[in-house]
Amino acid sequence: MREISLHIMDIAQNSISAGAKNIYIEVYENINENILKVTIIDDGKGIDSDILDNVTDPFVTSRKTRKVGLGLSLFEAACKRCDGGLSVKSKLGEGTEVTAILKYDHIDRAPIGRISDTIVSLILSGDIDIKYKHRVNDKIFEFDTKEIKKTVGDDIKEPEILRWIKEYIDEGIKNIDGGVWE
Amino acid sequence: MKTIQELEEIRKNTLDRVNQRRDRNTTRIVVGMATCGIAAGARPVLLAIMDEVEKLNLKDVIVAQTGCIGVCRLEPIVEVIRPGEDKVTYIKMTPEKARRVVNEHVVGGKVVEEYVMHIVDGKIINDYTVEKD
Ligand SMILES: Nc1ncnc2c1ncn2[C@@H]1O[C@H](COP(=O)(O)OP(=O)(O)OP(=O)(O)O)[C@@H](O)[C@H]1O
Ligand SMILES: [Mg+2]
Repeated sequence: MREISLHIMDIAQNSISAGAKNIYIEVYENINENILKVTIIDDGKGIDSDILDNVTDPFVTSRKTRKVGLGLSLFEAACKRCDGGLSVKSKLGEGTEVTAILKYDHIDRAPIGRISDTIVSLILSGDIDIKYKHRVNDKIFEFDTKEIKKTVGDDIKEPEILRWIKEYIDEGIKNIDGGVWE
Repeated sequence: MKTIQELEEIRKNTLDRVNQRRDRNTTRIVVGMATCGIAAGARPVLLAIMDEVEKLNLKDVIVAQTGCIGVCRLEPIVEVIRPGEDKVTYIKMTPEKARRVVNEHVVGGKVVEEYVMHIVDGKIINDYTVEKD
């Protein structure tokens, strides 16, 4: 994928398929230690331990429309290419946590990309709440759909509201010097 | 700076619309968002549709996303479901094609045949651009 934000979208899509109600996404640009860390945690149905052992194998999938599952294996490949790795922790009935680590300045690392587009797209997927945290060294930007809902009510899928959210996130990441396109 | 006041303003403006919207008059536009769709460019397609819906100020339209629709090589896939009409499935969408679908099909009621997937006896038969690649 051309952007880390597209991987995030794809991994969060697994969470939605797993019936998650809450998704927590964190992007941590630890430039001091030259690490980009991405964490996605959900409260979906979790992964069976026998699947979990091989979950990043492309031939492991529970989907019925085709025989390969690409999302996790693609993201893992991208991490490994950048001297990092991907880990998946999960407990049936509780949820799943995906952590991806990449070397920040690795030449093959995709740019973080349009996080705001990913979050807005995820909001359109149904009844989920998304909490997003972006860190650049010690600077932090946070966004939570639950906070937005306090102001505008539960229906945040109107185009004007989504546009506001998009611009709010873009601005927030820019304010902490998030390296979105580098 | 984006402010919460702005958000409150927006809410006032959209509230009436949300209340007026009745499901039987509502057109649904659904974009497939599995790995294959995302890799093929589904996210910009989804956002172009949102943008067009906002620009045209369409009231009875819901934009949504869903997982894999099943035919990866035809992604990005967009489905349009107008009230009382059969679902129409558009394949190999781009932001430009999607804007055209919103204008001509969702607003104008005229299906954009060039982009439609046709299935006969369980086989996809239409689209020569598919054969070519
Ligand atoms: N967050 C999650 N919660 C529950 N199960 C998950 C989660 N993430 C992945 N899985 C399980 O792992 C399998 C592999 O996931 P992966 O994203 O690699 O492929 P996929 O989702 O099946 O297909 P694709 O991503 O290509 O659309 C899934 O089919 C699902 O069974
Ligand atoms: Mg997946």
